[in-house]
Amino acid sequence: MKREQIASIAHLARLSLTPDEIPAYQDSLGRILSFVGELERARTAEVSPMAHPLPGLTQRLRADAVTETDAHELYQGNAPQVEAALYLVPKVIE
Amino acid sequence: MSLHTLSLAELAAGLAARKFSSVELTRALLGRIAASQPQLNALVTVTAESALAEAARADAEIAAGRAGALTGIPLIHKDIFCTRGVLTTCGSRMLSNFVAPYDATVVARLRAAGTVMLGKANMDEFAMGSSNETSFYGPVRNPWNPALVPGGSSGGSAAAVAARLAPIATATDTGGSIRQPAALCGVTGLKPTYGRVSRYGMVAFASSLDQGGMITASAADAAVVLRAIAGFDPRDSTSVEQPVPDYVTELTRPVAGMRIGLLREFFEQGLDPENERRIREALAVFERLGARLIEVSLPSIALSVPAYYVVAPAECSSNLARFDGVRFGHRCAAPRDLMDLYERSRAEGFGAEVKRRIMTGTYVLSAGYYDAYYLKAQQVRRLIANDFERAFGEVDVIMGPTTPTPAFELGSKTSDPITMYLNDIYTIGANLAGLPALSVPCGFVGALPVGLQIIGRHFSESRLLSAAHAYQSATDWHRRLPAAYE
Repeated sequence: MKREQIASIAHLARLSLTPDEIPAYQDSLGRILSFVGELERARTAEVSPMAHPLPGLTQRLRADAVTETDAHELYQGNAPQVEAALYLVPKVIE
Repeated sequence: MSLHTLSLAELAAGLAARKFSSVELTRALLGRIAASQPQLNALVTVTAESALAEAARADAEIAAGRAGALTGIPLIHKDIFCTRGVLTTCGSRMLSNFVAPYDATVVARLRAAGTVMLGKANMDEFAMGSSNETSFYGPVRNPWNPALVPGGSSGGSAAAVAARLAPIATATDTGGSIRQPAALCGVTGLKPTYGRVSRYGMVAFASSLDQGGMITASAADAAVVLRAIAGFDPRDSTSVEQPVPDYVTELTRPVAGMRIGLLREFFEQGLDPENERRIREALAVFERLGARLIEVSLPSIALSVPAYYVVAPAECSSNLARFDGVRFGHRCAAPRDLMDLYERSRAEGFGAEVKRRIMTGTYVLSAGYYDAYYLKAQQVRRLIANDFERAFGEVDVIMGPTTPTPAFELGSKTSDPITMYLNDIYTIGANLAGLPALSVPCGFVGALPVGLQIIGRHFSESRLLSAAHAYQSATDWHRRLPAAYE
């Protein structure tokens, strides 16, 4: 894998990498992709992809009813920065 | 009395007869945890104070005649399960400050059953690893030999039960994370059928593969725990609405007449010859008990590890997108802008293996590569599931090794990810097909335990547990303890 490819994947994955971290990922991702490349030899022309391990299981829906009570204070206790019950992030719109 | 060696049935009987109290039992095990921690590092958090309070409540329940099979029984939860008011780290710096606001269903059900939580077990970061070396909290060591790994990702759970720090440790299995450490630590580990146990409150890694289960000293103990945690949960959309059998009363089902499939491919791929001998000896025990051995073949199983290392990273990259430094988890200092906040919080919060898997997943899902990798892997997954289905037309269970070798040295497989991934070569198939599977100790290679794996049809946990129980009634490998923890 090329340096630019690693940098681009890291950006898509929202991971900042320092320039000296890139070679290690070039090496290991290269190995992983060549390893999973073995899949090519499987004959799968007529095979339907399997996304889920249990046959016949369909996505269940629940009734459109309120089941949760307001617990935002509890949940926001874990937030890095909160003000007036709002999560704070750096300014997005100038 | 050495309380730490008693089975769950013996503990319940002792508590009921007031031979000892839950508080005494809890104190004894907290003492073992404190003594073991410098060597094993099996726990991330010890909840001594709340444990003693829970034990006192359990003693009151027992005195009032309201005890169930698990009332007053101490346990350790893998740190992937949310525990209300208690740090839930998932072995990661990302969640090193995360106090869960609610209980996972597994935790809630075991709490309702009267168990006492001693603490949270160390694990590979976000359950990604086969050696417990990727934990932010440092590696766990194998109680049989502290120079060796305990396996992973449920390494803390397996080491804790092997050292008898608790009779039960909850665990999770995405590609072998219950069975592989159970094998390397000489304990019993069960991964139930996908959908059998609720995943609510279990930090997600790969949602089409993850399943919660347990590590215990025996199959009989596992049956008691599974009976308490299995069953439908409206909070998990993949939880299956199927009645839960009484795994405990069904333990005594005989194995006479049972058809055991020997997977030809499992005996061909790099299996340590001594390990193979232990497996063949275990199979001979089943033959003596009246089971029949039939060779079966899964032609596509060789592709299970490559298929897994596309599917699991793809789902991981999507699941771990939620860690954005905004609502919970680690946030970097002084972010320049929102992108910097995302990228630096994630880079600082995740370790190298987690980043590797996120990036692999991002790549295989990206435009232009999706069909070649992700779609192809899902098709191969279907071929593997079809292979199992065909085999289960001829046999009741499939048996073979859990791991290719016994436990290995810390650091010996960290330089090449593929070497580490191949540890799970025998376990991944069951995850891809969603099948239940367990590992029981079946002897030693040198001074190290190895495991026999038993895989069954969907929802056949009862068959797996009764087969394992029959084996453990005929052998005593599961009673052997590491010398330092007798």
